[in-house]
Amino acid sequence: MTTAAGSGHPTSSLSAVEVVTALYFGGFMRYDVNAPHDPNRDRFILSKGHAVPVLYSAMAEAGYFPVDELMTLRKLGGRLEGHPNMKRLPGIEASTGSLGQGLSFGIGEALACRLDQLDSHVYVMLGDGEIEEGQVWEAFAAGRKYKLANLTAIVDRNGFQQTGATSHVMDMTSVPDKIAAFGWHTQTIEGNDMQAVVDALEKARQVKDQPTAIVSQTRKGFGILPLLEKEGDVNYHGKPLSKELAEQALQLIDSTP
Amino acid sequence: MKIGEKSGLKLGQATRDAFGEALKEFGGSHPQVVTVDGDVGNSTRTEVFAEAYPDRAFNVGIAESNLVSVAGGLAACGKTPVVASFACFLLNNAYDQIRMSVAFPALNVKLVGTHAGISIGEDGPSQMGIEDVALARSFPGMTVIVPCDAPSAKKATAAMLTLAGPTYLRLGRPKVPVVYANGCDFEIGKAITVRDGSDVTIIANGLMVAVALDAATDLAAEGVSARVIDMHTAKPIDEEAIIKAARETGAIVVAEEHLAAGGLGSAVAMVVGQTIPVPLAYVNLGDRYAESGDAEGLLEHYGLTAAAICEAVRRVSRR
Repeated sequence: MTTAAGSGHPTSSLSAVEVVTALYFGGFMRYDVNAPHDPNRDRFILSKGHAVPVLYSAMAEAGYFPVDELMTLRKLGGRLEGHPNMKRLPGIEASTGSLGQGLSFGIGEALACRLDQLDSHVYVMLGDGEIEEGQVWEAFAAGRKYKLANLTAIVDRNGFQQTGATSHVMDMTSVPDKIAAFGWHTQTIEGNDMQAVVDALEKARQVKDQPTAIVSQTRKGFGILPLLEKEGDVNYHGKPLSKELAEQALQLIDSTP
Repeated sequence: MKIGEKSGLKLGQATRDAFGEALKEFGGSHPQVVTVDGDVGNSTRTEVFAEAYPDRAFNVGIAESNLVSVAGGLAACGKTPVVASFACFLLNNAYDQIRMSVAFPALNVKLVGTHAGISIGEDGPSQMGIEDVALARSFPGMTVIVPCDAPSAKKATAAMLTLAGPTYLRLGRPKVPVVYANGCDFEIGKAITVRDGSDVTIIANGLMVAVALDAATDLAAEGVSARVIDMHTAKPIDEEAIIKAARETGAIVVAEEHLAAGGLGSAVAMVVGQTIPVPLAYVNLGDRYAESGDAEGLLEHYGLTAAAICEAVRRVSRR
């Protein structure tokens, strides 16, 4: 869809596919596409809002809107904006895109759900470049203070950000240790391994006395890596594939077990 | 504080204290109201609500960015969160969080900025909110209210909590004169003419309303009839009241405890310039930061006085 749009962040979206798929279709999130404002629903906040294509894809597959609406991504007048807009599209839980705010927003939602004695769980996905924003750590601290066991933060650690590898731009060393030190139950997994993702989400659900975090080690552009390597840019941040490359990408994904 | 004395006004509660009481009162009958604090609840007076309703009061410590986005999340789930901090920490520090977690999604968050203006006194410029009205006005859809005294601050608090949509309420630190000793009919967006007049209009908000009344008292002794308007709502601005003042009095002075850029003065100018252009003059902080000092001394030193308003009236009448 980013090819059709002529802009967007395909590789940032691809790294998150397994986690988003597990959340929406693995039985982890309770939701009803016909009742997107039901207070009892579970909520997913895509704090790394630029990866919105993966969220729109999941929402389309789930039935929030017709699949062919995906081709209206970023088009004037369309509901599928370049970053999530909660006022425009039912099922979007937060308007993100200015990195660093989604986890805090999730804390507010988790607090409200607990006040209202709802069973709802809030999942927030962050980027590994995004955790360079100080506000993220303000949120980690607050999550522990309020013992938000109904909140799970997932860091999509794909190793890259806009200007290069995270290890090069700003190496946030010992990420799982740091999050654990803030008082969250923390797991580290291979995030493009569906079984590992499912196991981790299941484990997180069992934790009743702390907020939970999953550091999901992934590959940016997972699924089309050989293609990116051939293009000489495994980061390929914020640019759509050309029509030809997109064709090849779809063929590659279809032919991969 | 001697402001208001010559106009017969008596000193009353600080607007932040009035807010604290009104919030607790409203919160008692409105279970959706919650507070989110950044370690200054005993300064902003949300502690009064917090003491009464501890389950609905959250303190996230010294973390204004998190503070505002948490409020956004609470509002997204149907709560009416009241986020209070010093104006400069709330608007300046968390501007982008207000943008993306509140204003852009048009969430029902009530932002309250205390310690507005230079009258906070000795703590000095780092704690003074002097650009907050400008910043608040810049958000599409934000309602911006600056009450002048305790009675109107209480009404403004209730009105803010009843209104649907993002709102900013500006409050001060010191005790201030009571303008509305006999109560007021407070309606968001409707300016109140506190003193009628025909030769010039002084439009003011916050502390400067009482200062404007003092100026009007002085001007009356010189045979100048000055109308004083409490323009408590900076956004949406009461265009009708401004146009009426321009048409009926022919000259306007705008007085505020705020920088020249972007506050009430700017809002009034935009209306006047597009409708009935009349001479305008301003009494405000100008384009500078203040310093540490006693509140009255600071107001005197930085020209936020009745004398300055009188001088502005003479300037604007000469043109």
